[in-house]
Amino acid sequence: MNAHSTSPAFKENAHRALHDPALQRALGNVETGFIGRRKSAADKLPEFEALRDSARDIKNHTLAHLDLYLEAYEAKVTAAGGHVHFAPTADDATAIVADICRRVGAKTVAKGKSMISEEIELNAALEAAGVQPVETDLGEYIIQLRGERPSHIVAPVIHLNRDQIEADFRRVHTKLPPERDLSAPESLLAEARGALREKFLAADVGITGANFLVAETGTSIIVTNEGNGDLSQTLPKVHIVLASIEKLVPTLEDASQMLRVLARSATGQEITVYTTFSTGPRRPADVDGPEEYHVVLLDNGRSAMLAGEFREMLRCIRCAACMNHCPVYHAVGGHAYGWVYPGPMGAVLSPSLIGVDKAGHLPNASTFCGRCESVCPVRIPLPKLMRHWREREFERNLSPAPVRSGLAVWGFFARRPRLYRFATRAAMGALSLLGRRKGRFGALPLAGGWTDTRDFAAPEGSTFQARWSAERRAR
Amino acid sequence: MSAQPGPRPRVGLFATCLVDLIRPSVGFAAAKLIEASGCDVVVPSQTCCGQPAFNSGDRRTAKALAWQAIEAFEGVDYVVAPSGSCAGQLKKHVPELFEDEPELSRPADAFAAKVFELVSFLVDVRGMKAVDARFDGAVTYHDSCAGLRELGIRAQPRALLESVEGLTLTEMKDSDVCCGFGGTFAVKYGEISDAIVAKKADNISAAETGTLLAGDLGCLMNMAGKLQRLGRPVKARHVAEVLAGMGDEPAIGEPQGR
Repeated sequence: MNAHSTSPAFKENAHRALHDPALQRALGNVETGFIGRRKSAADKLPEFEALRDSARDIKNHTLAHLDLYLEAYEAKVTAAGGHVHFAPTADDATAIVADICRRVGAKTVAKGKSMISEEIELNAALEAAGVQPVETDLGEYIIQLRGERPSHIVAPVIHLNRDQIEADFRRVHTKLPPERDLSAPESLLAEARGALREKFLAADVGITGANFLVAETGTSIIVTNEGNGDLSQTLPKVHIVLASIEKLVPTLEDASQMLRVLARSATGQEITVYTTFSTGPRRPADVDGPEEYHVVLLDNGRSAMLAGEFREMLRCIRCAACMNHCPVYHAVGGHAYGWVYPGPMGAVLSPSLIGVDKAGHLPNASTFCGRCESVCPVRIPLPKLMRHWREREFERNLSPAPVRSGLAVWGFFARRPRLYRFATRAAMGALSLLGRRKGRFGALPLAGGWTDTRDFAAPEGSTFQARWSAERRAR
Repeated sequence: MSAQPGPRPRVGLFATCLVDLIRPSVGFAAAKLIEASGCDVVVPSQTCCGQPAFNSGDRRTAKALAWQAIEAFEGVDYVVAPSGSCAGQLKKHVPELFEDEPELSRPADAFAAKVFELVSFLVDVRGMKAVDARFDGAVTYHDSCAGLRELGIRAQPRALLESVEGLTLTEMKDSDVCCGFGGTFAVKYGEISDAIVAKKADNISAAETGTLLAGDLGCLMNMAGKLQRLGRPVKARHVAEVLAGMGDEPAIGEPQGR
């Protein structure tokens, strides 16, 4: 698949984002909402830090034996009457889903929220196959109305303000009375629910993602706050689970540990409103459920990550705490990153999945402040992994030329202390004279990225090393 | 000030590039504080810890500079830097650079074990509880990221600042959030860096203090540069200057020799 990505234009995307007043207004919600809620949830649980260790260990163990757990999982799903389809690539995955839809004569598909669906661009593939996908998660529903991509992996419309959503609803829900009051967020939710109810009932196939897959039982687990995922997977005749291979955990006990860190890290909830376990199709004694249960297991580059230095990224449970705490994400929002996964987790994952030649900006657009790592529930060393991408770029000569030549000149002097002392002393003396009157510079050659918006302090004069040796000699 | 009994340890002062080149007075403030904690200070010939290369993906240069520092600081008991960022590089990342080379990793680990950021060295290693300094006015303190998250520096500077006569500390909102500096990030992604530091400048102004302090000159130059461009009257200084009683020199980006 040729992923549709604007990541190579990250700088231009960021520029637009920084000059988009509506977006900037909406982004304020990230900082005020998620951070405080996560902190108070974590503070309330004395064993939260120990749970993070445990979550990391569960994922590490699973990844070390992923082949065995995948086999065990497949056997359990099959034994429960379901079907597992392995999809090496995004195209394989969309073809499998489209085939199932075609076989059962599906006209519409009800979808729960799934980032894998975004990754493989499933909606476009379904439409091409003559099947109408309907997003049932409120955020994804709005995204679909607007023909956009989610800008956040947990809160897809965090980049929008309420008034923008109201305008979309008035534009699309034309059968409703135009004078209706949509000023409260609850009224928007109620209107979306009303519009979606008939879609649920009409859908032939339900597609959901999975937060975890349990090898012990062949169970898929989704967590939602709207209940739309449950309707998507119980009402239609066919339920298709879309999941990537790293969603596996060994046991139900492991899954429940992971759930404890997931909800707290993502939304600051102790547990999400709905946590739903699905094992196979409807059994004879069940009151409801699908007649067919399929799991499409996506690889799409992940098994290659298993063998390399980005393996730790496969621990990610998509809680979004990293982007919620990222100053760069706060500044530019998720769309600027140019592909499905934004923020620090995307800065590591996207180059693995679509290539560092396309996503090369992302691991560079970080201050390495480390706040992402400090909140990651599975302790992924995100800055370190971003740095590994910078190393791959440097090796492949993909780093920008001015950076490379600047580094080379600086490295040349820094490796020659005597020359360095001589040259810096002369240079600082000259700069100091130039900046003497104001004490700072409003513009400096080659440093426009800085001085366009900030002053640059002039040096005091002689270097510390020169002054120190002069003063100590005089003693 | 406190002084521990026993022989005076020998401390190699790692000035850091920015202090060496831009603001030598921070180096003198650091030396004064280290001496006051009962140590002797030496300044071996030095250049850079290698962090710009390390964070730009140039491991070879980063290793060469790390090894240069390891050799330069042989024979000292401690290596102390007035920067959480450079100390973090030397303490946390230098061992990573040599972890696959058994004959180099031992000296690298031994070197890293001797490295400390200035204020944490004074408080955690030397047991300093108070400084002999005066500074009249209200200050706010920014927690630089590497010091805070790699080295756990948060309480130490506040404890020593509390002992400065005449000083009151007013916390700003989000003192632990990045100022947008990020080394080469500030130039490579200048527009984003500026958006981040603009928020920081607003939080600093809202604290309504005359002075901003921090433990890293890179962050300080970024914040000072933004405050000055915006015409805000807050002066920025390295925390060591105030702790050493040298808080009456011209602030960062102010004209010398008034």
